[in-house]
Amino acid sequence: MSPNEEVVVHAHRDDIRSRMGMWLFLFSELLLFGGLFFMYSVYRFTHQQDFSIASKEMNTFLGTLNTIILLTSSLTMALSITAMRKGKKGLSIFFQIVTILFGLSFMVNKVIEWSHEFKVGNFPGSELLSARPRGQILYFGLYYSMVGLHGLHVIVGMTVIGFMTVFTIRNKITPDNYVKLEAAGLYWHLVDIIWIFLFPLFYLIT
Amino acid sequence: MEETNTHDKHTHGYGIYVLVWLALIALTGLTAAVAGINFGKLSIVVAIFIAVVKSYLVLTEFMHLNSEERTFRVFIFVALFFILVSLTLLFSDYSFNVNIR
Repeated sequence: MSPNEEVVVHAHRDDIRSRMGMWLFLFSELLLFGGLFFMYSVYRFTHQQDFSIASKEMNTFLGTLNTIILLTSSLTMALSITAMRKGKKGLSIFFQIVTILFGLSFMVNKVIEWSHEFKVGNFPGSELLSARPRGQILYFGLYYSMVGLHGLHVIVGMTVIGFMTVFTIRNKITPDNYVKLEAAGLYWHLVDIIWIFLFPLFYLIT
Repeated sequence: MEETNTHDKHTHGYGIYVLVWLALIALTGLTAAVAGINFGKLSIVVAIFIAVVKSYLVLTEFMHLNSEERTFRVFIFVALFFILVSLTLLFSDYSFNVNIR
């Protein structure tokens, strides 16, 4: 492609501002989770013993596994953009689908964890949890709301990437115009970053 | 005409991503391993520090901040700065006001 053609193709587009718009949205997500992290830090500060005791019940193996799954899904997401940039449509679609599958396995692990808690009777409002010390009730309340909200984001991210896969198949995303895929990637990486903090804060309290 | 795709000039090859991913996995292993050791009050500092390093890698490499315009980095700096200010104010309040506990 000659440089002139490129100018024509890009004349009515501004990819940098598109990405900037996505970043502005991500800042609003940062505020949403930031508030919850503030609440977590205050309650952990005021109920250190209870938080430590309650976190011992977490399944550290599944938590670590999920961290590795989400980090790997971030890799495949980044690779799908590189593949698209290099004009390898099939490879890009492959990496997008792998990313969705990683997201799905993350959610499966979450279902395993949560259904165990519900089976034991350890859920918000249950008799078992209500009878526990205040700090532990707070810990589990925060655990369910923060990890739950993060899980919702994983589901949304998977859906968005699914749309991107359809766009790629229909040639709406091309090696010359892939800013949508980049924006979806930014969202997915943010979800990954939030988990990077949630993991040590809920699973690894010493 | 303004360049619309400055960051495309930089190559984001497959190799660098795999390297970053390896580093992220290694740091995850480190966090899990370190959690077994009792550093007392320092434990949380170590855990947060590793999480910050991991986030930095994701932000700069996977989210391409290293090749974006300067404006992006200024935006993010401002956003993180205000979070830090809020956290500092919050904790100064909780540390000095004994009655809240």
